[in-house]
Formats: sequence, structure tokens, C-alpha cells
Amino acid sequence: MADIKKVATRDSYGNALKELGATAENLVVLDADLAGATKTGIFQKVYPDRHFDCGIAEANMINVAAGLSTMGLVPFASTFAMFAAGRAYEQVRNTIGYPHLNVKIGATHGGISVGEDGASHQCCEDFALMRTIPGMTVMCPSDDVEARAMVKAAYEMTGPVYMRFGRAATPVFHEEGFNFQIGKAEVLQDGTDVAIIATGIMVPEAIEAGKALAAEGISARVINMATIKPLDEACVLAAAKECGKIVTVEEHSIIGGLGEAVCSLLSEQCPTPVKRIGVNDEFGHSGPAAALLKAFGLCADNIVAQAKAMLGK
Amino acid sequence: MTSAEKKALKLNAVSVREGILTSTHGAKAGHPGGSLSAADVFTYLYFKEMRIDPKDPKNPDRDRFVLSKGHTAPGLYSALALRGYFPVEDLPTLRHIDSYLQGHPNMNTVPGVDMSTGSLGQGLSAAAGMAKGAKFLGKDVNVYSLLGDGELAEGQIWEATMFAAHYKLDNLCIIVDLNGLQIDGRTCDVMNTAPVDEKFASFGCDVVQINGHCFDDIERAFDQFHANKGSGKPTAILMKTTKGKGVSYMEDKAGWHGKAPNDEEYAQGMAELEAARKEIEEA
Repeated sequence: MADIKKVATRDSYGNALKELGATAENLVVLDADLAGATKTGIFQKVYPDRHFDCGIAEANMINVAAGLSTMGLVPFASTFAMFAAGRAYEQVRNTIGYPHLNVKIGATHGGISVGEDGASHQCCEDFALMRTIPGMTVMCPSDDVEARAMVKAAYEMTGPVYMRFGRAATPVFHEEGFNFQIGKAEVLQDGTDVAIIATGIMVPEAIEAGKALAAEGISARVINMATIKPLDEACVLAAAKECGKIVTVEEHSIIGGLGEAVCSLLSEQCPTPVKRIGVNDEFGHSGPAAALLKAFGLCADNIVAQAKAMLGK
Repeated sequence: MTSAEKKALKLNAVSVREGILTSTHGAKAGHPGGSLSAADVFTYLYFKEMRIDPKDPKNPDRDRFVLSKGHTAPGLYSALALRGYFPVEDLPTLRHIDSYLQGHPNMNTVPGVDMSTGSLGQGLSAAAGMAKGAKFLGKDVNVYSLLGDGELAEGQIWEATMFAAHYKLDNLCIIVDLNGLQIDGRTCDVMNTAPVDEKFASFGCDVVQINGHCFDDIERAFDQFHANKGSGKPTAILMKTTKGKGVSYMEDKAGWHGKAPNDEEYAQGMAELEAARKEIEEA
């Protein structure tokens, strides 16, 4: 895929904020000394008076965002996923989630594709943590086009939103103008033998896997589940009924994320075999992002292998 | 403040204290001790200091109050009810399963509550966000936040104070209820937060130290807050108080942090407050 354009979705986040900033005068951006890494620096350059650096104090930043939102502003609080969902979990839960405030959390550097920084910064628990908060919308875009559309959609809706963006540059496969809708899954390839439900940067891998399976005569449905909560239940149930087997793929622990959301739904409404591909209850480690993803089985080859195993092939 | 105004405030403070006893007695739970220690400042805030209208509780230009020590909701609710935000008769439903008066302040169910709080250390950050938002929007809005002295052990309080000074939030008034007690005992024994004045001063606040049960002192403190406008400094009002103030058997007793009076204790407390009212009326 060397000829395919690649963009890190954290860049998309910064660019989308800058673009929105031109018309959305009540949009303010908060960061915790990571503006260069989260890419809110792109916004800051153009709108310095609307960018509030909170220093290395994420708990305070999250609650400052809560206060700002009650003044009619729409704050985008930004830091690494590890600190937004991890360190500040209880601040998000009690002072954004419980009062259901209109705060958007832009969490970058999610998953093991953080790479060389290693396990301390590779947050693979954020979907699980954020999903448990009532009323929280949890999303993870699959590419640059979707990420920018997602930021705009998050601004336009009222209520708390958690968005996870990636550090590494990943393939852009959506066309400009793609119509993103919160809570609506996207079927990228139709199929009837097995459904691959992926989120985030695993979606391009799922697309590749879908093509490889097709070459072997296996009809795989490939689904981009950018909104993890609320889950597009109709799409998952249709996939279960029409394909009979499901593989979920996420750059997240197999505990508490997309895979378990799918399993919870299906076990109650349409029991269906599910194979969860994700990080298997272990910490990440240092290394180049691409090599780590391969090492953890978060790649097209492993999706193909797992899908075939489910089908007994 | 005229002597008539002061008398009216004192009488309202008695009513606020009665509401605290009535609500915690009705709940058979709750936090009377720290509510009573802050009853005078609740009264001053809602009956003199803040630019608010109970008939228009969501007015975007109103002053804001964040109860960072959210467990003293009975004190806040009592002041709000007395000020006309909701019926005083509802106070005994505190913490009941069908009541809107949640155990800790809920901004979506209780009229007049500006921020949901209860998890210590978080309210001041939210208040700082409001103050920053008001400055950003060019609004003349004051934001007040009440903290407990035990709460000062939460590191986030100091993150918030640093933020407030850094962004020159002179529209933020931090009030600390120094009643000296927390659940496990004396604050100086559990986790010594002293010297509180030096801490807030070194974090960039203008510090005012007062007796939190003296309305002249309270007025002086808020006058100082107003005088600080334009200085770029947040104000920290440190008020020395007595936990359980106004109810003899609760005064300065850590055991009354989170315990409701039984019927007998309730009757005695209400009788003491009634006597206090008579004394003020006849003075």
C-alpha cells in the first residue's frame, strides 16, 4: 500500500479544529502541554486566543472544560488517550458524564501504534472506560476523511463525546465529502460467509483481509464501526443473521471494547460465534508501530487466518 | 451593611441551619457538620453577595456558585430553598428515592445548582473553567467556590489554583471552610494542610482571613474580592469556622460530619435554633 496517501488521524483532529474554528466561534480548545503532539497546535497557530493550555494537569483540564461548557462554549479537551480516559477517568465520569455536559474529548495516541514510547503511553483501555459512562458517545475514526467529519459531527451534536485518534500515519480510503453519521456503521464490502467488524486504524487492515479472503473464495462482509457507543445494533444483528460468524478487530484490549460490545449484543439477541481480535490482556511495549501491530496480530494476515479458522478452512 | 441588614442575615442564617437539620433528619443521613459551619457564608452569598434571580436560575449572565465540598449539599439546598428556588417544604425529601434533592448537588435536578459536585477536588476546577469562560466571553460574571479544609489534600485543588492565577482569574473567589475537622478526625492529624494562607498566597491568590461566623468579617472579605478586580489575582477567603456551628451537641465534633440527628436530637437542635432566633429578634 506504498502508493496510498497516509495521514495520522491526530493531524486530522488538528486540521478539523482549525477548519471548524473559522465559523464556530464558541469552539475552544484545551490542551495539557501536548499541543505539538495532539496537533491542537494547528488550531492554536490560527486562533491563539481560543486555545487554553492547562499545563501538565489533565484532571484539572477536564473539569475546566466542564465549567467552560456551562458558559455556552464548546470545549475540545485534548491530551493522550492514556491521560484523558485513564488518569482523568473519574473527572470525566463525575463532572462531564454525570451532568451530561457538552464537552468533547479529543484523545490522541490511542493503542499500541503509539510505538516507541512503549506500554506506559499505549492506551488500550479507553473504549472500555468511556463506554461505561452513561450518555457518553465513543468514537474512533478509520482514516483522515472520517476523522475530520467526525470532529465536525461531534461539534454539531449536544452532549459528551470521546474521540480516539492515532499517532501513526495510516491509509486514507474514504472519498472527500464522505457522509459520516454518528452511530451509523459503514458496510465497505458486502459478504455472507463471515463479517469483519473493525474500528479505527484496523479498518484498512480489514479491507485488505476482505480482499484476500475473496481471492480464496470466501465472501466476507467488511464493516467500519467508527461509533463504538451507541453501537449500530441493526448493522451488527444483520451481519450476524446474514453471515453467521463475526470477527471483531480493534487496537484495544479484547476486554471491554468493540469486541465485547458486539458479544454483549449478540449473546442477548442473536447468539453467534465471535472471534475478538485485539490486545490480549497484556501490556504493549516499545517498537516501531507497524512491527508492533504485526506482533500483536493486529493486521490483515491475522484477520484472514482467524476468519478462515472460524470457517474451518 | 446596615444593622437591619445584618439582623436579617442573622435570621436567615438561623433558617438555613433549621433547613440543614430538617433535611438531614428527613434523610436519616447526610452531612450536617460541614453544612452548619458554612451556613453563614451560604446565607451571605445567596442573600447579599451574588447577582442571581431564583425566577431565572439559568440566566447566562448570573453569578455562579460551585460547591466543591459537595457533601454539604444540605447547606446549599437550604439556602436555595429559602431564597425561593424551590419549596422549603421539599427539604425533608433530601436523599429520598423519589426526590430531586440528590445526596450531592445535581445541576440537572436541583434549581439553582450551577455544577454537579460531590467528588472532592473537582469543583474548583469547574469553577475556574466558568471564570475563564466568563473572561473569554467578556461577561461580568463572578464565580464563587466553597472548599473544605480536608479537601485541600486533593492535588487537583492546587492544579486549579495554579490555573486560576495563570489565567489571571480575578473574577474567581475561592472560599475555604476551615472548620478543622474531617471524617477521620482533626485535619491537622489526618493530613495537615497548614499553612493554608501561605499555600494560597504562594499559588498567586490574594488571601483574606476571617471569622466565618461574623457577617462584618464576611462582608469585608467579599469587599476585598471586589477590590481585587483588575489585579489579575484570584481571591482566597480563608474562614475559620466551627463544625456543627449553632447546634450545641454537634459543635466541633468530627462524629457529626456525616450523621443525621435522630428525633430527640432534632428536637433539641431545633429548640436551640429557635432560641437563637428569639435572641436575634430581641437584640
